[in-house]
Amino acid sequence: MSFVQARRQLLDALGDAVFGQLASGEDLILNLAAEDQHYLRFNGARVRQSTRVRQQRLSLRYQAHGRRVDFTFDLCGRIGSDLATSLSLLQRAREEVTALPEDPYLSVVETVERSDTHHEGRMPAMDELLTLVAREGRAPDFTGLYAGGSQLRATCNSRGLRHVFSTESFFVDYSLYTVNAAGENKAVKGLYAGRRWEAEPFLGGLGRSRQRLGLLEWEGRPLEPGHYRVYFAPTAVDAIIGMFSWGAVSYSAWKKGDSALKKWIEGDLQLSPLFSLSENFGLGLTPCFNSLGEVAPERLYVIERGRLANLMTSSRSAREYGVPGNAAESAEGLRSPDMATGLLAEADVLSMLGTGLYIGNLHYLNWSDIQHARITGMTRYACFWVENGRIVAPIRDLRFDESLYRVLGTELEAVGATAEWIMRTDTYNQRSLGGSRVPGILVRDFRFTL
Amino acid sequence: MSVSLAVTPKFADFDPRAALAWIRAEADWLAIRYVQENTHRRCARNGRPEANALHLERGVMIEAMVDGQVAYAATSDLSRQGILQAARNAATDARATAAHRVAEFSPDWRPAVRGIHESPGGAGLDSTGLAEFSSRLIEATQRLKVAEEIVTAVAEAVLLETETRYVASHGTDIAQRFLMTWQHFGAIAQAGGETQSRSMNGPTARCVQGGMETFDWDVLLDDCRRVGEQAMELLRAENCPDEVLDLMLAPDQMLLQIHESIGHPLELDRILGDERNYAGWSFVKPEDFGRLQYGSPLMNVIFDPTLTGEFASYAYDDGAAPATREYLIREGRLLRGLGGRESQARLGLPGVANFRSASWNRAPIDRMGNVNLEPGTATLDEIIGSVRRGVYMEANRSWSIDDYRNKFQFGCEYARLIEDGRLTRVLKNPNYRGVTVPFWRSLAAVGNAESFKAYGTPYCGKGEPNQVIRVGHASPPCLFRSVQVFGGGA
Repeated sequence: MSFVQARRQLLDALGDAVFGQLASGEDLILNLAAEDQHYLRFNGARVRQSTRVRQQRLSLRYQAHGRRVDFTFDLCGRIGSDLATSLSLLQRAREEVTALPEDPYLSVVETVERSDTHHEGRMPAMDELLTLVAREGRAPDFTGLYAGGSQLRATCNSRGLRHVFSTESFFVDYSLYTVNAAGENKAVKGLYAGRRWEAEPFLGGLGRSRQRLGLLEWEGRPLEPGHYRVYFAPTAVDAIIGMFSWGAVSYSAWKKGDSALKKWIEGDLQLSPLFSLSENFGLGLTPCFNSLGEVAPERLYVIERGRLANLMTSSRSAREYGVPGNAAESAEGLRSPDMATGLLAEADVLSMLGTGLYIGNLHYLNWSDIQHARITGMTRYACFWVENGRIVAPIRDLRFDESLYRVLGTELEAVGATAEWIMRTDTYNQRSLGGSRVPGILVRDFRFTL
Repeated sequence: MSVSLAVTPKFADFDPRAALAWIRAEADWLAIRYVQENTHRRCARNGRPEANALHLERGVMIEAMVDGQVAYAATSDLSRQGILQAARNAATDARATAAHRVAEFSPDWRPAVRGIHESPGGAGLDSTGLAEFSSRLIEATQRLKVAEEIVTAVAEAVLLETETRYVASHGTDIAQRFLMTWQHFGAIAQAGGETQSRSMNGPTARCVQGGMETFDWDVLLDDCRRVGEQAMELLRAENCPDEVLDLMLAPDQMLLQIHESIGHPLELDRILGDERNYAGWSFVKPEDFGRLQYGSPLMNVIFDPTLTGEFASYAYDDGAAPATREYLIREGRLLRGLGGRESQARLGLPGVANFRSASWNRAPIDRMGNVNLEPGTATLDEIIGSVRRGVYMEANRSWSIDDYRNKFQFGCEYARLIEDGRLTRVLKNPNYRGVTVPFWRSLAAVGNAESFKAYGTPYCGKGEPNQVIRVGHASPPCLFRSVQVFGGGA
C-alpha cells in the first residue's frame, strides 16, 4: 500500500474511532498533513546532505461550550498507539475547556461536503538525478535542493465533512555560480518542478540558465543608488506579490491596524488600473479547502484594475467583524495568487525598458514603513544594466526602499503579456504546496538606496 | 482539582539505545537522535482568548554511514519495523550518494562522549493553573489598552519542553532536557490616519531558558502599561530625521544587529557555499580568520552556550560535540567561525559546537546558538553624554540584509533624539542602513555589565530543507558614529 493510501486509511480509522467518543455539544475537526519526501542538498554538484523524511502530523481542533483548543502531534502510523494518543488529548481538551474563558468568535462548518483529489506523479531515479547533476553541474558550479515524493492534506470533522488532497511531485531549485572578469561571484537561479520527471526539460532549463550566466561574466557596472527605470522579471514580481500575504490584504490585519494597504482599503490611495490580483484555485496547485474544511471559491478577485474587490476573510474574522467570510485560512494570506497579465510582450521587454535595470530576482523583502506600504530588500542573481534596449552589463547588487503605491500604482507602466508559474519551494516544518502565476512588470521610476 | 498547564499525553514507550541495537547491522556506523518537544501557545487579544494550542513533536533522525558517506532518514514511526525501515533507507541513500559526496565522513565528527544536561530548573508547568494563566494574559491585554486609540492589545506566551537523546554505535550517549519560555506583549495605536506599534522589546525578543518564574506578573503588568503609553506617544511623535547621525542601539535591537551582521556571515557552512542557493553566501573568506579587522577594538564577540538562562544554551550540539565558550571576534579582529566539526574539517579552521537541527525531521547544519557582545565599561549616561546629536533606538520591527551579509537596513519601534548629551523628543518610524564592516568599525562605545541584557529569537530561518531554530543574543547598548538614519513616509 502506498504512503498516501495508508495515511488515508489511518485518518479514516482515527476519525471513526475518535468522533464516536464525542458527546452532544462537542465538535472536533481533524487535519492531517503528511509527507514522504526525499531531500537532496547539493553544493558544487556534489551531495552535501541526503535526508528522507516520513512524517504525519494530526491536528485536533476541539470546540465545546464556546471554547476551543488546538492540539497537534506526530502520528506513528499505527492505529492502536495513535488512537491512544488521540483519546488522551481529547480528554485533555475536555479538561481545558472547563478552565478557559469563552471565545465569542468560534465558527463551525455546517455543510457536510466531501472531496477527494489525488495527483499521481513520477519521481526521478536517484542514480539518474545524481548522474545528471554531476555531469552538467560541475562547471558552472551547481548548488541547490531536490525535493520529491508524496504530500497529503486532509480535513474531516465530526459532522461528516471530509476533504482529501494528495499529490506526488518534485522540484529542483538551483543556482549556478561563476566568477566574472573582476573576480566577483555571479549566479543565476533556476527551478524545474512538476509531477512527472523528464530529463529533457531539466537539461533544457539548465542550458538556458547557463546561457544567462554567460552574460553575468561580462564586466560589471557598479551603479549609484538613486532612481531608475526598472523591469522586474516574474520571479522578482513573485517576491513582491508574496508581501501581500504579510497582512496586506487580510481583513483582520486591516482591522487590527496591521495592514500595509490600509490607505488603499480605505480609499485614500490608489493602485494602478493595470494591476489585478486574484486567489485562483483553478491553478490546481493546492487544495481549495482550508483547515476548517471550508471550500474557497475557485476564483476570488482581491484587486481588480487597481480597486479593492475582496479582502481575505477567515470565518473567525467574519464572526468578529460581522462580515461575510470567503474561506480564507486563519492567517488570511494568499494560497494561490494569480496576477493578471497585461500587454507587454516578452520580445518587447528590453526595447520598452530602453535604458534602465532588468531585475531577475529579489532577496529578503520586509516592510520598512508599513503605513506607507514601503518595502526594503535587495536585488539578487541575474540583474543587468540595459541601454537602448540592449543588455550591456551585470550590476552589483543594490538595496531598495520603495512603496507598493508607486511600484504597483503611480509608476507601473506595463504588465507582461505572459505569466510564469512559480512553484513554492519552501520547506519549513514540511514541504509546502502551491505556487503562483505572475507576469513581469515595467516600472517608470524605482528607488535604490544603498 | 484545577487544570494545570502541564500536559501528559499518552505515547508508546521508546528507548533509543534499544532501537540502536535493532539496526546495528544496517550500516558501518549509525546514530539515532530522538526528539520530543511540547510547545504550548497561549494567546489573548483585546480581553479575549485568541489561541490555546499544544504542538507535540516526537520522532527520530537516523544517521547511517556506508562507504564513507552519511545519509539521514527521519521517522515518527518508533516501532521496531519503522526504525528498521528508516535505517535501511538511510543506508541505501548513503551507498547511492557516496560517489557524489562533498566530503568523506568520519565518525570522529560525532565524539564518543556520554553526558546529561538539564537547563536551569525553575518552576515547571505543573506549578501554574490554566485558568489563572489565561486570566493573567487577558489582564495584560487590558493593561496594554491605555486609551481608546489602542485598537489591538496582544499578550502571548509560548512554553517549550524539549527532550533530546543522541546515541551512536561507537558509544555516544547524550541526553538533554530544556524548559524555555517566550513572551510577547504588544499594542497597536491608531488615530487620525496614523498607526503605530509598540511591544515589550520587540515581538519575538523575550526568549529565555527557564520556567514559570519568568512570568513575574507584577512587573509584566506594569510594563504593559508602559508599552501602551509608548504606542500612544508614537502616534504624536515626529518622524525620525533623514540624516547621518550617531546611533545608539538598545540591547533589544543589538540582538538583531549581532544576528544578521555577525552571526550569519560567520557561519562556516555559508562560507563553504552550502547555503548559496537559499539564504546566501558570506563576504567572509576562509583567509579572513585571524586577519580581518571586523570592527573597532571595542568589539568582543563570543559564542557562549554556557550563559545560564540564555535561550540557546546547551551542553552538546546535535553531533555530540561538547559546547564551550569561544571568542569569535576579539578587540575587533576576527578569530573563529561558527561551524561544527564537519565544517571545521572541510575548511581546516577552528569552529564551535553549533551543529544543530530544528527538530527530529531535519539534519543538523551550522547554526548560531548564543552569540553575544561582551560588555565594555561605559555607563548609559556616559554613552548618551558623548553624543552631540544622535538617535537612540529600541526594539526591532524590520530587518533585511543582502545574501553576502553586507548591505543591511533595519527598523525599530521606538526612538529618542539625543541632543547635546541628553535624550529628548520621541521619534517614530526609526530606520537605519549601513554596510557590515564599516558599521562595526564605527563602534564607539559599549555599555557596561550593568546594562548587558540577553534576548533571542525562536525564528532563525536557514537551510535546505528549511529549518527555524532558536538563538540567543546578549549585549549591552552600543554607540555607532555617523550612521545613515531615516524615518517613514511615502
